[in-house]
Amino acid sequence: MRKIIKQRQIIADSWQYVEEAPDASAVILSLTQWQAERESLLASGRKLGVKIGPADKVEMLAEDISKLQLIALEFTGLGEGRGYSQAHILRRRYSFNGELRAIGKIQRDQLFCMARCGIDAYELPEGSNLEVALTAFTDYSVAYQPGIDAGGVQLKQRAS
Amino acid sequence: MYKYDPIDQQIVNERVAQFRDQTQRFLAGQLSEDDFRQLRLRNGLYIQRYAPMLRVSIPYGLLSSAQLRVFARIAREYDKGFGHFTTRQNIQYNWPELPKVPDILELLATVEMHAIQTSGNCIRNVTSDHLAGVAKDELEDPRPWCELVRQWATVHPEFNFLPRKFKIAVTGAIADRAAVRVHDIGLILKRNAAGMLGFEILVGGGLGRMPIIGKTIYDFVEPHELLSRLESILRVYNLEGRRDNIHKARIKVLVKALGIDKFRELVDADWAASRDYAPSLTAAEIARVKSFFTPPAYQTLSDVDVVTGKGNEFRRWYQQNTRAHKVPGYRAVFLSLKSTKRPPGDITDAQLDAVANLAETYSFGEVRATHDQNLIFADVRQQDLFELWQKLEAIDLARANIGTLTDMIACPGLDLCSLANARTYTVVDLINERFDDLDYLYDLGEIQLKMSGCMNACGHHHVGHIGILGVDKHGEEWYQVTIGGAPNGQEADLGEVIGRSFKQEEIPDVLERLFRVYIELREEGERFVDTVRRLGIGPFKAGAYAQDH
Repeated sequence: MRKIIKQRQIIADSWQYVEEAPDASAVILSLTQWQAERESLLASGRKLGVKIGPADKVEMLAEDISKLQLIALEFTGLGEGRGYSQAHILRRRYSFNGELRAIGKIQRDQLFCMARCGIDAYELPEGSNLEVALTAFTDYSVAYQPGIDAGGVQLKQRAS
Repeated sequence: MYKYDPIDQQIVNERVAQFRDQTQRFLAGQLSEDDFRQLRLRNGLYIQRYAPMLRVSIPYGLLSSAQLRVFARIAREYDKGFGHFTTRQNIQYNWPELPKVPDILELLATVEMHAIQTSGNCIRNVTSDHLAGVAKDELEDPRPWCELVRQWATVHPEFNFLPRKFKIAVTGAIADRAAVRVHDIGLILKRNAAGMLGFEILVGGGLGRMPIIGKTIYDFVEPHELLSRLESILRVYNLEGRRDNIHKARIKVLVKALGIDKFRELVDADWAASRDYAPSLTAAEIARVKSFFTPPAYQTLSDVDVVTGKGNEFRRWYQQNTRAHKVPGYRAVFLSLKSTKRPPGDITDAQLDAVANLAETYSFGEVRATHDQNLIFADVRQQDLFELWQKLEAIDLARANIGTLTDMIACPGLDLCSLANARTYTVVDLINERFDDLDYLYDLGEIQLKMSGCMNACGHHHVGHIGILGVDKHGEEWYQVTIGGAPNGQEADLGEVIGRSFKQEEIPDVLERLFRVYIELREEGERFVDTVRRLGIGPFKAGAYAQDH
């Protein structure tokens, strides 16, 4: 079973992608499939997650925020930065409080900023050293910006 | 100047530790070349033609003598004995060894310095007016605002991986010495009709391959809203800016494609949705940062005549290299880094140490780096000027050429840079050799000559009164000449290409022919750039290519 990092813990992933197990009780769908089969999926009583890519507009999920238990944000590499803003909007503007998961080509060096933007789960590529990745959350103990501090990264800020 | 508190210091210390770990993982083969590239760039480290190049941040160009001494030590112990001041008020070292870079950063941290976000696709060092706090035409000191923006931008979790680099400049004076119109964001401090202080915000200016003058997105933003407006601009850019083509990824391309009105609409929508939780500057925090930029302990003095009875050389230097100060009895002094002995902006370790000592004796221990690759002592007593001049002469920092043709800006070019098409320093030498008569230079008046070795435009050639751009034609170095550009204020504009490119040996002759046209056609009080703008490039083009016909 796949291991992920969630809330600074290494845990077994309780979700499956629709390609892996179409009938899983906790299933992550593509945005297209979600949009096409929205009603029947909602009626199925399963836990639902949607995966979006860097170019997808999170506004498209605005109406569905309360119906989704997971949103997966895909990153295509270290230089791809849209997911940070997508996460920020989902958490702050839409008050999404389910699991916000980073997937794709992600690595230890991104985790700290991701957590600060509200991402609380990390599905690192197969073969990644998750123990080492956990150390990313303590890269900094202070910050200038008000963060969302998801995943248990709580930083000292200047009182003002 | 601003002093770090424990939070500032800890962020910088933790950044050093983070980069040390990244460097060790790269050297151990645990981090790919490509991934490490992204990470090292965010710490100012490029890989150049011969060695890595480390760019150290000098926030809004302000330095203490202690910091200068550390620059000197880095030049001596980790480089080949010199550093290079850039057009963005930073300093670069061209020969550090990669495994030692974390040690250099650790040394910098001991004097409240770092290389965070001096390259890479993130928010870069905030730049400003090099005469901030002392200029007579200043409405409001921009430096506290620069510092507030610097802190907001440092390790910003959301905007660390933007489509492309992002540069912010702030000015608080009538004369814009910070080139705010050619920055991704330009902030102009102003007062509204009610006398309240705020910011005009410009967006989408820039140089490089697609030079554009920035547009006003907001005419007046109140200080407490500054950061929330910046966040919304950055968020829209982060999400909507192009990432498919590095040459189309700057915010200027997005603003141009959407139009400023549509762009503003998107920013407004984000701002309206996020204003409740976006960062807001409190009066207490503004006051805290402002408290670091109070005037130094000026003496009560009167303006004095310091030139009568002095020789011509001192008079020239006084005239050309010093500027008016808002406090009676004081002048601001430029230290020219445009010697004939070194490339523009270069300084040796011994000079850095000497400048640190002189700053302590004559200018409250502070120094500023300018956009034109020179240094400034901002607060020198007029009565000390002669003595200071002698000491600057002795260390070759008193060439009386500030604002003249030989106060040239040049990127390092093909001698050091892996992107360049052509050399720049050899052209600088040719120009210095030909135009060595100071009286002729003074007669030509203010001329900003800016040179880039390739179209990435690090030498800002587009906005030079005269711009020189190195181009590659079938493996040979050629140079394209533009005239009529200007970097600052309302006159900010891009120069026009005069015609076919030249070989480097031709450049001094071409300049001489352009100046002949200028001298013949100029009206009273007109600078070279004014004459070009009044007449268009026609007569200059005809003059420059006269021998072709």
